[in-house]
Parts: sequence; C-alpha cells; structure tokens
Amino acid sequence: MATVELDDIKKRFGSTEVIKGVSINVADGEFIVIVGPSGCGKSTLLRMVAGLETITEGELRIGGTRANDLEPMDRDIAMVFQNYALYPHMSVAQNMGYGLRIKGLPKAEIAAKVQGVAELLQLTELLDRKPKQLSGGQRQRVAMGRAIVREPKVFLFDEPLSNLDAKLRVQMRLEIRELQAKLGITALYVTHDQVEAMTMADRMIVMNEGIAEQIGTPLDVYERPASLFAAQFIGSPSMNVVEAEGRDGALHVGDMRLPNPAAAQGPVMLGLRPEHLVPDPDGPIALQVQLAEPLGANTLLHGKLPDGTAFTASLAGVHNVGHGGEALRLSVTPEHMHFFDKTTRRRLT
Amino acid sequence: MGAGDRPLYPRMEKRVTFKGWLLPLCLIAPQVFISAVFFFYPAGQAVWQSLFIPDPFGLSSQFVGLENFEYLLGDPFYRASFITTAIFSTLVTLAAMIPALFLAVMADRLVKSAGVYRTLLIWPYAVAPAVAGVLWLFMFNTRVGVVAWYLGQLGYDWNHVLNEGEAMGLVVVASAWGRISYNFLFFFAALQAVPRSIIEAAAIDGARFWRRFFTIVLPLLSPTTFFLLVVNIVYAFFETFGVIHTITSGGPQQATTILVYKVFSDGFVGQDLGSSAAQSVILLVVVGLLTVLQFKYVEKRVHY
Repeated sequence: MATVELDDIKKRFGSTEVIKGVSINVADGEFIVIVGPSGCGKSTLLRMVAGLETITEGELRIGGTRANDLEPMDRDIAMVFQNYALYPHMSVAQNMGYGLRIKGLPKAEIAAKVQGVAELLQLTELLDRKPKQLSGGQRQRVAMGRAIVREPKVFLFDEPLSNLDAKLRVQMRLEIRELQAKLGITALYVTHDQVEAMTMADRMIVMNEGIAEQIGTPLDVYERPASLFAAQFIGSPSMNVVEAEGRDGALHVGDMRLPNPAAAQGPVMLGLRPEHLVPDPDGPIALQVQLAEPLGANTLLHGKLPDGTAFTASLAGVHNVGHGGEALRLSVTPEHMHFFDKTTRRRLT
Repeated sequence: MGAGDRPLYPRMEKRVTFKGWLLPLCLIAPQVFISAVFFFYPAGQAVWQSLFIPDPFGLSSQFVGLENFEYLLGDPFYRASFITTAIFSTLVTLAAMIPALFLAVMADRLVKSAGVYRTLLIWPYAVAPAVAGVLWLFMFNTRVGVVAWYLGQLGYDWNHVLNEGEAMGLVVVASAWGRISYNFLFFFAALQAVPRSIIEAAAIDGARFWRRFFTIVLPLLSPTTFFLLVVNIVYAFFETFGVIHTITSGGPQQATTILVYKVFSDGFVGQDLGSSAAQSVILLVVVGLLTVLQFKYVEKRVHY
C-alpha cells in the first residue's frame, strides 16, 4: 500500500514526444483508471510506472521515494497484462508462486500464500493445471492471483479485460473492483473502454495524444468535462457539439435561439449530451429525424439540425417518431449546456 | 440434382480428392524415384553385401551369413570406435549448441544493428565441412600453423598428429564451428518468438536476467533445443566425415575414427567391403534406435 506521485512525467522516443507531461497524486488505496483512444500514450504511461519504459523527464515517486531509476523488481509493484503473460510451462500454483520463489521464501510459506489467494479467487481446483488448459476467464484470474500473492504496494492493470467476452468482462470488472477495495491496494488501470473507466474508477485520467485532458472522478468528468475531447470521449452516445454564437443576450445556433446561461459573447462551441434533451413542442432546437434506434429503455434519434449539422437525441422510453424524416422540437435545461472555447477547446466557466 | 449432392464451395475443401489413380501416381513418382535410387537401392545393397566376404582380389565373394557381424562385435577396434563416436558426437553437439545459444541470447539483447551481427554470425555456415577442416588444419599445423606456433611461444607443444586428446579436440572444434551458425539461427528465431510480456512479467516478479533465462526462457526454448539436439547428433554421426578425413584421417591410432569414418576406411582403404557393409547396417540400426528413443522419451518432456 502506497501513494503514487507523477510529477510532470514526459516520454520521448527520439524526437517524438509521446507523453507530454502528466502529473497526478494518487492517494493510498485509490483506484485510478487511465482511459483514452489507442495511441494516446496510456499504456506507455503505465509501463513507465512499472519500470518497463524509462522516464525521459519528470519524477515518479512510489510510497514517497523516487522510483525513476529503480528496476521493475525493486518498485514493489505487480502488473496484470492484456494477454495475461502466464508462464506456459508452469502450473497455476507455480505461476502464482514464482515471484515468492525468487524472493527466496520457504516452500511451506509459498504454498500457504498461494493456497490463500487461490481460495480468494476460486482457483483451488485449478492449481495443478497448465495455462493452456484454462479458459480466458480462468487465465485472467490466475494473472490476478499472481499479482495479489506478492502483496505489492501498487497494482498495475494493462487492459486486462479486453480479451474477454462481454458478459465475462462485466463480471470481472466487478470482481477486480471488489478485490482491490478489500485488499486496499493502490491501483492504476489502463483501458480504452469508457464504461470500465466510469464504473471502476475512483478518479480517472482522460488521455489524448500524450496529454491528460482531465483528471477527476467519473461524475466530475461526465458533468463538467474540462475539454471537448473529454466531453466527447466520455458518455454514450457521445456529446453533440455545435458551433454557436452569443449575442443579444441569447445563444444563436444557426437560426435557432437558445438561452445563454454562461453569458457567452462571440463564437463558442456548445456541447449538449443526447440524454439531456427533452421533447418540448415549444423547444428551441429543431431536429430533422433521419433514423430512430429504439433500445427499449430509451430511443436514440439521429438526424440533422436546420443548418445540416449531425445531431443525436436520446429520449427516455419508446417513441414512435422519427422514421419518416419529420421534425421534432427539443429543449434543454441551462445547467446541461456545456460551453467550450473554439480555439483552445477547453471548457468555459 | 439436390443441393446436398456436392459441397456448395468445392474449392474451399482443404483436402484434394483425386478421382483416378494416374495423376496422384505421377505426382508422387519423382519422390519415390529419388528415394528408391538414392536410399532403398543402396541400403538394400549394403544389407545384401554385409552377408558376403569378398576374396582379397575382389574377384569373387562368398556367402557367410551373419559372420561379418559376429566378427565386428568381437573386434576391440570396432568397439573402441563406438566409444570414440559417443565422445565425439556428445562433444560436437555441446560445442555447437552452447556457444550458439549464448550468441543468440546476446544478439537478442541488441537493439541496434542486430541485423549486422546476425549476418556475420551466419557466415561460417556457408563454409563446406572439408574446407573448414583444411582451414583448422592450417591454423593448427604442427610446423606452419599460426595457432600452433603461438602455443609453442607460450610453451605448449601442440601436436595433434601424435596426441590423441589434441586430435579429438581439433576435429570437435572444426566440426562444431560451422554448426554454431546454423544453431544460432534457430535459437535466435526461437528467442524472438518468446512473448515480450512474459519476460516483462518475470522481470516484475523479481527475476534478474540470468534467472529469467534459466527459469523462463530456456524452458520455452525446449522444443527448439530438442530439434537441434537431434539434428546435431545426426550431423556429428554422418556429416563430419570431411572434417575428420582432412584433419586426422581417423588417427592418431584410431583416436578419431568414428563409426562413419571406419565404414569408409575399412571399405575403401582396407578393401573389406563385407565388413564395411555390415558396419553401415549396424549404423543404420543405431541411428534408427537413437531417433526413436529421443522422440519417445525426451520429446515428452519438452512440450508444455
């Protein structure tokens, strides 16, 4: 158990900078999810914490001590890999006990610890099997067990669930979160899946092109996205972004006149989450519906605004509208309007 | 015609089924022909000849049944050749595989210009065994050899023409040298195939380089190691003739006369074709047994 502090961490491969300065103080026992599209540098960031990549610039502290130049083995961390990286020639018990054997613990103690973790993860029946005799979910569990048994200061997860099918993923998601809470071990978890990020994180880092776009709790990021990228990456279907202009005490989107709670002047980017739009015969937004996706609990309406911008609304319940291209009027409450600067793409107010 | 009469996409069938017998016969004919001419016929001849003793002038031969074999098994020189072969092939295999593995591990660690090292390390394989033999012979020649001269300067009197141990050492090194390249290639490819994340997992688990090598990498290389073991033993048995012939001609005092060399020297130098044929039959059986044994017992332990 330990804190992890990243202080303006940078990574360069040759002249290309892939991590452009990330800072975060992770509290003891906190579960941090690093989320972003592929190629955003999230795995590189995790691998720098693990010691598998060198840190070009900045300082990394684990448990308060500088860890930049420590070997992976001296950082007291455990990592779960995307492809599990189990040792194929060893049984489950040997896989889990490998780290302890390297440490030189007595055999009886290793066996006892492995047994304990196996019970925790319901792996007792599988201890004598080889990895290739296990299913994907079981391998995932063994990889978890191998990490847990060493009682590290920090858990690192590199997209551990992306090789599992959807149902198992939901189940393992819960299990990992429960285990981490029970053991109270600080965890860094990399994923490209925003649902994993939203459901698992205490706080998350939304990454894009080597930059931490936003660091905050999932609801923070959802309710007050700090940038256009964070706004559109988190939330499904993603946020509508339209060009707007503030003048005469109102917000103009094309010919439409919306309230202007932020008192914005001049051109801005307006973000509206599809699920915050409500049907309202007098509403300011005119949506030309082109396609409806009835999902049962809600209905997704895809269409266009009068000026041709693509726009999506998610309405609660079943709506039998929108297959024939009819117009629908919508409104939005002022607290659900997000304003972003047109050039910096950062949040206004 | 019903839809189920034939597969919907006949081209997608994995196996080809021929209707007649003429085409398949033509297709396998070249292989059968080559095997027959270069393997079955000479092997049959050897078995047949091993049952005869030719007269000293080679004009006639007399059927003797299994007497050739009986004589051979009682012959102390022949039995000594067995032991020589065992020592020689063990040493050649070790001397060809261990340095190759070491070089492959080192080349695998390289990030820059690995291709250059790889190419350089492969060169010796392009040298024919007999040429390699001559090369080493010149280096260690007792009178004009460079290495022998330097050894002499250091106070060591190198003479593989008289010293049995030195002769054995020289043929082993000369035989193994070119093989290192071949083994290196296979080890290097196998090392590259070891998943990076497994190595990283072991590093995080606390294993340092050589510990990782012995507990993780080496076990994962075992299928390759086993394959090379078989191939190198077969090489040491059969393909080192050129080296031995150029360097020691089996001497001194038969110290480097391995079984294959004895087949040659008894048959073509000693003109005892019956005994030579019997020896090659025994060799055939020995190699057959060795291979069966290796696959049956060793291979079981190399898969994970």
